[in-house]
Parts: sequence; structure tokens; C-alpha cells
Amino acid sequence: MPASADAPAALKRTFPQLLDRPSLDHPAFTAPAADVVGILQHLRDGHRFDFLTDLTAIDNGEEATPRFTGVYHLYSTTEHKYLRLAANCPDDSEPSLPTVTALWPGANWLEREVYDMFGIVFAGHPDLRRILMWDGYPYHPLRKEFPLSGIETTLPDLEVVAETGTRVIAAPMVGGPFVASSGEINLTEAEPRAKDESWNEQSEKPL
Amino acid sequence: MATEFAFSDSVAKNATAEQEFQTERMSLSLGPSHPSTHGVLRLQMELDGEVVTKCDPIIGYLHRGDEKIAENMTYNQFVPYTDRLDYLAPLANNVAYAIAVERLAKLEVPARCQAIRVISSELARISSHLLGLGAYGIDVGAWSVFLYSFTEREKLYKLFEELTGARFTTSYTRIGGVARDVPDGWLERVNAFCDQFLPILDETLKLLTRNKIFMDRTVDVGIISKEDGIAYGLSGPNLRGSGVPFDLRKDKPYSGYEQYDFDIPVGARGDCYDRYLVRGEEMKQAVRIVKQAIAKFPGGAWYATDARKIFAPPKDKILTSMEELIQNFMLVTEGPQMPAGEVYFEAENPKGALGFFVVSRGGGVPWRLKIRAPSFCNLSILPKLCTGMMVSDVVSILGSLDFVMGECDR
Repeated sequence: MPASADAPAALKRTFPQLLDRPSLDHPAFTAPAADVVGILQHLRDGHRFDFLTDLTAIDNGEEATPRFTGVYHLYSTTEHKYLRLAANCPDDSEPSLPTVTALWPGANWLEREVYDMFGIVFAGHPDLRRILMWDGYPYHPLRKEFPLSGIETTLPDLEVVAETGTRVIAAPMVGGPFVASSGEINLTEAEPRAKDESWNEQSEKPL
Repeated sequence: MATEFAFSDSVAKNATAEQEFQTERMSLSLGPSHPSTHGVLRLQMELDGEVVTKCDPIIGYLHRGDEKIAENMTYNQFVPYTDRLDYLAPLANNVAYAIAVERLAKLEVPARCQAIRVISSELARISSHLLGLGAYGIDVGAWSVFLYSFTEREKLYKLFEELTGARFTTSYTRIGGVARDVPDGWLERVNAFCDQFLPILDETLKLLTRNKIFMDRTVDVGIISKEDGIAYGLSGPNLRGSGVPFDLRKDKPYSGYEQYDFDIPVGARGDCYDRYLVRGEEMKQAVRIVKQAIAKFPGGAWYATDARKIFAPPKDKILTSMEELIQNFMLVTEGPQMPAGEVYFEAENPKGALGFFVVSRGGGVPWRLKIRAPSFCNLSILPKLCTGMMVSDVVSILGSLDFVMGECDR
């Protein structure tokens, strides 16, 4: 069994399709999405990276290609080392990655969260439902085009909607109250305050 | 010995043995507002009599979109949001976040700042475990533990207030340092707290450790094997209770933890009782670390003095010097300037490994900030753990996992 001290070099010999990924701390690689499960299994069984500590995704921006990148952080509980593996989703409009729930059952919830927040479908996942937002919520909030203030939607419970006629209203801060970039905007624009003042302390929230 | 049952209704009296065992599945929703779910966790369970046949945790009731918010503000502005992750140990979250961003800037804070962070993290650990202990006592029917542990927590809150200005939402760290130096005499008061705390802790634990009722409800209940714990990504006392000596303070020392002498308690069986024992012992080890840190508390600067584009200059300089005023203005409006790149840092928090994955494209705002919440991963084992248990055991298991929904839902 190879020690994980030379894991990066050994790994690249075994999987020549791995590309080095810029990283400020741990060894990092970019892998083709189709090979992720095989590489992770090899890391788990052959390099003692037994602990899937984190699984997440990055939205590289609306115009970027590839747009979505899945990121896996592995940890070795015996050798105390981290490793980062990234995989770009091949399709920008219908992103998908293979599931790793067969390797780590703990990936179940992490993948559900990535699906919920980014809309990345994990092929073969046993129970791919939303986890933080409610079932039937129409958006994926961590995508870059989703505004910080939220988007108006109907309440999840149809009975409550029928009874009260209420809906989920976006917060009155379209564009974000936390403007922090100087860039091209003038001082009035950059002032941290609510941009949309259709409702505030003085005028009531529209129903 | 044959047991006789007295039935009041005639149907039951005339029922044959076969008919008696025809059971019907019932669904039960526990929570989201139920004292034993410690917050807003909902368990959608399917019951066969009193036995749980299916358990589906439903989370997200406390989801505030912290990761989205982080993409829209500067690094320092996000510090108060970290208070609201594991709101029972805000100081530990502040420290973990600050170190993660400092790793991005490749910034080392001075020894005094590291010691302050270690002391505050360990006090937060005691405070968090005390609440876990007290609430667990109530869950399984031992009220008095709660009273003892909350008396001690109150003393800790007084110390936190003196250090940070707030009892609960401390927001104490800044990128490159802390908000202010320790007040005069504070370390002596922390030391005095530690001295009086140890005998009280022993007395409190004595209420539970050999308590017959408590042991009946926890021993051999909710056993997590080593392999399962690792496969589900458990961390903190929940994984150590299963016998895995996984502690990032020892394995990947940060903030100067390598200079302190302490032990990692691990469980033998991985049941609820072991997790309780591990937490009890961890508090004693935390006191040990705090006392060592106070004994060799270093002098010098309490913030990174060489990081002019990251840490704000002293207030008196801002008011008198043009240079410092401009520096402070740029820092507040544009945020601490970070290089582009990716870092992932995990700290050993009271609940487990709290991780921050920071993706920067330069400038003062993160492009993406992922929070690896220990409670989220710890809860993902619930469906496996609860299936086949009695409903009363579910309460016992929930309490022993000691989760916080603020962190789980983010």
C-alpha cells in the first residue's frame, strides 16, 4: 500500500487524466466527471483517504464554461492529510455528476444539498430530494443569477395559501444591501441600504 | 413465570394470540418544535407499535442562506454570521472562520493572539458541552443536572461579556487578530473560574455517571461503529465516542495547540453513554488547556501588525494620522484584500470539525464560502441509527448527538 506522502505523484501515475489544480494549501486535482467515482475509490482504498469530509460545488459564473465544478475534500484519519478533488460538470445547462453514496453513505445529504443549492443532478443517487429548501421550490439559490434578496414564490403548503392568500415575498433589498465593491458605481449607489423601498418601516408589506 | 395482562375491553379479552400481533404502521411527526429535538429538527417516523421502522429527518427550518450572504459581503462583515452557526459556541466559530481566511492570505497571527483564541475556543467548548449535558439530562429525565450546568454557564457568559462585550453573539475575531486585547485581570478571573469549576463538574457528572435510570436509557443505545462513524462523516465527540481518536487539535494543530499537553478521550462501545462520558472528560481537558495557556500567556502584539491591508490600524492612529485613516477607510469599504485561490480549513469545534472552504478571486469579498457544518454530517446518520429503536430511545439518541440546528441548516 503506497504511503500518502507521495500520494500526488503516485496518483498521477495511476490516473494520467488528472490535472493539477491551483491550491493555496492541500494537494488538489481536477478530474473528468466520469472518472470521479473510480478515483475516489482508489484514494479511499489505496491511499487511506477514508473520510469524505466535505462535498460541495462552485458556480463559476453565468458566462463561464464549465459553469459548475463539484469539489470533494478527503481526509485521512490515520495519516492526517487532506486532498481536494474537483470535477467540472460537462453540461452547463443540465449539470450532473456521478454519485459517491456507494463509497460513503455520508455523501447522501451532502449531494442532496448540492442538488438543492446548485441544481446539479447526482446520477444514481438513491434519494435525490431537496434538503434545506422545501420540496417543489422552483430555484437553486446558490447559483450566481439568484439574487441575494430572494425571489417571490408561493408558500409550500397549498392549504395555507388557499386559506390566507399569502406568498413568500422577496426581501426589500434587491441588488443587495451589502454593496462592497467600489468599481463603477457612485457613492449613493454604494451606500449600504435597501435599494427597493416598495415596503419598509413606514409603508406596509404588500400582501 | 407467566405474565397475566388485565384487559378492560371485551375485544382484547377475546382476542386470540394471532389477532393480537396484527399491527398497523403509524406515522409520527416529531418536531419541528419539540423540546427533545433541540431546535427545529423534524423527524418523520413510521412506527410499528413503539418501534421505529423508518425515520426521515426533515431539516432546513432554520436555513438563512449564510453561504449566499457570505458571497455578498466583505470577510470581516461575515464574522457576526459565524456566531449564528453553532450558537452555543460562537467564539469557537469566530476563531475557525478567522483562521480559514488567514490561511487564504498566508497570514500568521502573533503568539498572544493565538493564545487568546485558544482560551476563548476552549471556554466555548466547556460552555457548549455544559449545555449539551444539561439538556441531555432533561431529555432522559434528570432535571437537576441542567440547574448545575446552567449556573456554570452563567459564570462563563460573564467572562465572555467582559472579553467581547456580548454574552451570546460574540463576533470576537477579526481577520488577522481579535477585536480587542484581553481586559486587565481577565485571565486571573478565568483561572479562578477553572479552579472552582472542576469540583462542581465532578459533582454534576456524579449525578449521571452511575445513575441507574440514566444508564438504563443510554448504555447500549444508539451504537455507532467505528466504520459507520467514518463512513457517515461524523466528527467531534460523536466519532470519538465510537473509539476513533479523531481530533484536529492533535492531528492538524492550529493556533498553537501543539504546545499544550492534553488527552483525547475516546469511547469503547460507541453508545449514547460513551458519547456522554467523552463530553464530560473533554471539559476537564479543556480546563487543562486553558490553565496551560494562561500559565504561559505570551506578551507582544495581539493582532498581526504587519498585515496593513487586512487588519485595521489602532483607533487612536485613525483619528490622528492621514495614512491610517485612508487605510481604515479602504479596509471598511472594500474589505481586507485577499489573493485569488482556494483554501479549506477545519477546526475542532465542540460539535465536531467545522470547515470553511473559501474560494477567492481576489479582493475583499469571497467568490464562494462553503461551511462544512459538523451537526449536518452528524445528523445524516439518524435514519440508520433510529430504525429499529423504540421511540423513547430516539429521544435519547438525539440528545447524545448534541447537534445545533443553526449550524445544520446554515
